Amino acid sequence: MEAQTAAKANEAKVELHGANIIAAIKASGVEFVLSVPDIVTSAGLLRPIANDPTLRLVRVCKEDECIGIASGMHYSDKRALILIQYTGFLDSLNAIRAVAVEYKQPICMMVGLLGHEPERLPTESGRYGVRIIEPICDAMGIPHHLISQDSDVAKIKPAIDKAYADSFPVALLIGRRPLAQ
Amino acid sequence: MMKREDCFKALARHVTDEVVVATYSSAVEWNDLGPRAPNYFSMGAMGLASSHALGLALANPKRRIIVLDGDGSLLMNLGSLVTIGAQAPKNLVHFVSNNECYEANGSHPLPNPKVDFSGLARSAGYAHVFEFNDLASFEQQVAHVIGLEGPVFATLHVERSRPLTYDYPTLYSPEKRRALKAELRKG
Repeated sequence: MEAQTAAKANEAKVELHGANIIAAIKASGVEFVLSVPDIVTSAGLLRPIANDPTLRLVRVCKEDECIGIASGMHYSDKRALILIQYTGFLDSLNAIRAVAVEYKQPICMMVGLLGHEPERLPTESGRYGVRIIEPICDAMGIPHHLISQDSDVAKIKPAIDKAYADSFPVALLIGRRPLAQ
Repeated sequence: MMKREDCFKALARHVTDEVVVATYSSAVEWNDLGPRAPNYFSMGAMGLASSHALGLALANPKRRIIVLDGDGSLLMNLGSLVTIGAQAPKNLVHFVSNNECYEANGSHPLPNPKVDFSGLARSAGYAHVFEFNDLASFEQQVAHVIGLEGPVFATLHVERSRPLTYDYPTLYSPEKRRALKAELRKG
């Protein structure tokens, strides 16, 4: 019983702050954020990014637009981050297959896992849509990193830098709603 | 009704250092006019030409970007008209060749061949919108069209083309992509 209480107490302390993620995005040299709103990242990421004069937000109508826009920017040595929900990632798979994977472009995607239970691994989620994301990335050869707590934020800059160094896509999976404060 | 290749020949007479983003049948006919480094052929994900162009336009505000889109392609990415209208890049010129069919996929008709692309672009927020049915008129105005402050949109009403050879691996070769990147790095 005491162990359960302690585990719950520890779980309650696990947090993910949007400000930390945004700082990592900026440290990665990202100038443009391309996005369709996602309720997972709405308050903690998209809203502060929209108000941040040092990042340029491009709001798009459908997620696969982001893949083309990021590609055009890459040809001009401008770094972009795509901020979308996993449903939009799934909807964009052909664009990701062609533009990102086959043409070996550093398309960097930050993907909100709507409905994911942060205490579980995504592959063990009760949500079918969440459960299949990492296996799809694996099948396409796309490196992926789970960002579920503040200690995971340190993965972001190396992952984006590696994507550009290798000229290959990367998926940063947001497993918990980032806090706005 | 015009021939697309005639329109492109007229356009080519006025193109200098602009990046030309062309897709499918338009890419084949533009490429047939001769090699140039600032060509960007958008293949593999039908519909994204306008999005590739927007990325280029935002990242290179001092260089003009010309999109040679197809009607079937644009129908797959109509939202990009709204995105471009909102971003309002002054250096983007968007042509759509309207032959009312999916030419690269067997020339089957569009779901609605009478769709008004120029009307869609106008309501999406493009700064200038044109429509051309006559080659003489296009030849007369094309320099003006591509020189305007964008985003500019023009529908080219064209015939179905002669049979084309779609050599995608050559069109989108790594060498072409490297040449484009090197060209853009010159500024």
